Amino acid sequence: MESLEQIKACAEAAVPAAKIEIVPNPGPANQPSLLIDIEQGLAVAQFLRNDPALRLDFCSNVTGVDWLDRVVKKTAKIKTVVDGVEREVDQTIEEKIPGYLEAVYHLYSMAHRHGPVIIRMRTADRAAGACLPSLTPVWRSTEFQEREIFDLYGIQFDGHPDLRRILMWDELEDYPMRKDYVQPDDFEWEPTPHDEVLERTKQHYTPRPELDGAEKITAQQ
Amino acid sequence: MSEQIDEKLRVELQRQGVWVTSMQELYNWGRKNSIWPLQFGLACCAIEMIATAASRYDIARFGGEVFRPSPRQADLMIVAGTVTKKMAPQIVRLYNQMADPKYVIAMGACAISGGPFKQGYNVLKGIDRYIPVDVYIPGCPPRPEALLHAFMELQRKIDSQKLTGTDKAEFLKPEQPSEFPVPKFGEHDLEPPANRNVFQPPKLERI
Repeated sequence: MESLEQIKACAEAAVPAAKIEIVPNPGPANQPSLLIDIEQGLAVAQFLRNDPALRLDFCSNVTGVDWLDRVVKKTAKIKTVVDGVEREVDQTIEEKIPGYLEAVYHLYSMAHRHGPVIIRMRTADRAAGACLPSLTPVWRSTEFQEREIFDLYGIQFDGHPDLRRILMWDELEDYPMRKDYVQPDDFEWEPTPHDEVLERTKQHYTPRPELDGAEKITAQQ
Repeated sequence: MSEQIDEKLRVELQRQGVWVTSMQELYNWGRKNSIWPLQFGLACCAIEMIATAASRYDIARFGGEVFRPSPRQADLMIVAGTVTKKMAPQIVRLYNQMADPKYVIAMGACAISGGPFKQGYNVLKGIDRYIPVDVYIPGCPPRPEALLHAFMELQRKIDSQKLTGTDKAEFLKPEQPSEFPVPKFGEHDLEPPANRNVFQPPKLERI
């Protein structure tokens, strides 16, 4: 299989309007992925499936990721003049990255027996109506998994044939896998609480009754 | 029985070939030896329940082998596995559809308290939040022997239930509810999150 850079170049040649970025993965898995923009997501996906050299005809897995608003600190060396001498000084720049939701697709080729190629798409923000193009018209196997992402992360998939909740009930308004999800308060009986559970259980503790002061009397030495 | 007839006299009569019993004893003897469970499983505990019903552990030795596919014909509900919040209303509805006298065994850590999934967003922290439970079996999953032990405990309970008097069995008291409200799917959680008439956790006095 071609390298990810080559795939990116081919996709950009086939879909000229597409904006594709390579997202590096410095971890031990070392699986970089292609970040595709929302507008051309469907066209790029169709290219990846139909291109005779790639033929990524099987989408094995789709998952969602929730990214909160975060601040990334970068250190850059800047030349400044200190006491008439030019010096290089480290300066930390804080970059604010607004939060977004992400869907990650793992693609394989049954015809050519290669893969995976990982593609991602990001929503503009984390608001309730955050949407992505559905890739179910391209890969049928993503139908249930996109429904699951809709259920747990709240990403609306445009063009999905049957976008309903799949695990939770329809009446639910929360998205439980989002990082700012707050569980309902049913911590009234926790026999062995610890950490976060302890904090929430403490709200249910009844205070000890007023003591009469006898417990403070100690033996005289 | 023991308060109605002298135990020594009874043994002596039995030696002479006269067998004396009471309606209560006969009735409970029949009930405890034909507890028909409701046939459903929720998770991995169900596999152990199936093993208990199969030939190696053989729940038929205790008269519980007739797993009924309808709640109308069942005496015992074995809640075998994780109760998700989406499934809980159906469990309560099935319990309501069972005819009295009915019993519940909460099998495994999940059915008791939510178990390893306790902090999950979709797991009920124990079926005893909505329906009364007679026997709890700890374990993850409990072995078939544990389920048989629970079954024998339940038989002991049935055997000790009285049919008359002020301390008669709960299911014979007309004021005792045999149906419990089915929780509804709410916007954030099940509504209500627990039936306060059934679920009364101990109050913890801590600072």
